[in-house]
Amino acid sequence: MAASIPPQSDSELRNSRAQESEIVQFDNVGLRYGTDREVLSNISFTLFSSRFYFLTGASGAGKTSLLKLLYLAQRPSRGGIRMFGRDVITLPRDKLPAFRRRMGVVFQDFRLVDHLSAFDNVALPLRVSGVREADLREPVADMLDWVGLAHRAEARPATLSGGEQQRVAIARAVIGRPEILIADEPTGNVDPEMAVKLMRLFEALNRLGTTVVVATHDVQLLRKVPESLIMRLSKGILADPTGALRYPPRREARGEAG
Amino acid sequence: MKRPPAIDRAVDRGLAPFRGRRAAGLLPQTRLGGPMPWVIAIMVALTVVAAGGALSLSNMVSTAQGDLSGNATVQIVEPDAEQRAAQTESVLSVLAQDRAVAGFRAVPEEEIAELLEPWLGAGQTSEAIPLPAIIDVDMREGAEDEDYQRLRMTMRDVASDARIDAQSEWLAPVLSALSALKWIAFVLIAMLAVVAVAAVWLASRNALGGNRDTVEIVHLLGGSDDQIARIFQRSVLIDASLGGLVGFLAGILIISILAAQFTALQSGMVAGGSLLAIDWFMIVLVPLCAVGIAVYTARMTVLSSLRKSL
Repeated sequence: MAASIPPQSDSELRNSRAQESEIVQFDNVGLRYGTDREVLSNISFTLFSSRFYFLTGASGAGKTSLLKLLYLAQRPSRGGIRMFGRDVITLPRDKLPAFRRRMGVVFQDFRLVDHLSAFDNVALPLRVSGVREADLREPVADMLDWVGLAHRAEARPATLSGGEQQRVAIARAVIGRPEILIADEPTGNVDPEMAVKLMRLFEALNRLGTTVVVATHDVQLLRKVPESLIMRLSKGILADPTGALRYPPRREARGEAG
Repeated sequence: MKRPPAIDRAVDRGLAPFRGRRAAGLLPQTRLGGPMPWVIAIMVALTVVAAGGALSLSNMVSTAQGDLSGNATVQIVEPDAEQRAAQTESVLSVLAQDRAVAGFRAVPEEEIAELLEPWLGAGQTSEAIPLPAIIDVDMREGAEDEDYQRLRMTMRDVASDARIDAQSEWLAPVLSALSALKWIAFVLIAMLAVVAVAAVWLASRNALGGNRDTVEIVHLLGGSDDQIARIFQRSVLIDASLGGLVGFLAGILIISILAAQFTALQSGMVAGGSLLAIDWFMIVLVPLCAVGIAVYTARMTVLSSLRKSL
């Protein structure tokens, strides 16, 4: 495991954490589908704002299930989840959209709307959020330009390459300037050069204050972002090689990890 | 790598609801290529015809009842012309004195012969075939059975072959049948409404199923149930409006054809079945109600399906 620990001492880390806000807290979360055994067990961690996290683990380890809990596509079978200071487990359904609008999600399979152009796919989160048409044209065009797809704005997803679809999906995820960006295997369908470009893109967003969570089983990718924190899932159990994720944060835990 | 473009938050910019044409593109539009407009068109056409029939029958029954209430016919069936004339005179005298009778008219023999001409042929006179004497009687308003009974008893004393019939009595079975038809038409309308609801429910569920991925994406991007329901509502609104218009025009065409054919019968009772302005207003309401029912059904169907997801 190529865990990259931020270049900070325990006390420096603790002090900086005190200034950062906790945007996600998982407390002893378990998830099972139907009556099967739990795919996630006793998951506890805290995600801080403006941090870059990698969620890693072998295929079938539960990464996608954990991400589904993060982007509120799934309720846990047990445990507690707080996001942006609110308990989302007991939150009424009609309050969830407001939370989802504070997130950006890059799905493993892109999940672009087939009959919409690249422009309309990227504009979708803004339209859902209620941005006026006159206000969204320029930002969406800028965003497409940013991901290098300005010339493909009117193209349908079916006519785009895998890498182009990936970039449209990323543009859609970040267009609303989310507080947290969640990406599931974002480099799984692109060549190594594009993978590096995408990581640089995520880093740029992270520097602007967005918390980034990237799920990947590509160990080489972890080295591309030295300041990242690592969450490792193995058979539904979360390991914490950086010692920075424990909920509630414990000094001895970080000491063990360090 | 350039910096990502700065984008202010939507709430800072002012809200533009995600509905109408802004949201319509999320669902692939098939319009008249899909079954929904045609199902609605057929439902509306049948309902317009049923409503037209029901209202026409209702008018016909009301008119007939209004025309016939208080009318009676006295028949004197006597083969001998002299005796028939004598009995007629006696009956006219009784009618003139009765308090329940508002007026009367002895129908001339030529008029009776004319009425019977289709059955007996032209040029028939009472010499060839004895015709009954007929007296049309207008009873006073509020005349009751006991008035008819009294007249029967009095006339029997002076004219043994005289018979008085309230016109409403012999038309009662006809009016009852027309009334039954009217209610059957109303039941038919209710059944068509139920079928329309079922059709829209199925179509909405089908559309929701066919666009499940898109709906899920919109949900995950922060779209609310209401926003998603509005997208389907709009689609159904357009489909139902198109179907409603086509169905309405077809229904009106059918009603017009039927009306022309009934008018050609030149029957007095049929004339009473003409549609009034209020009836046409109610018929115009049929497609509007169909569209309203379709949109409401679509909304409820979509919302109830979405509630099953997170």
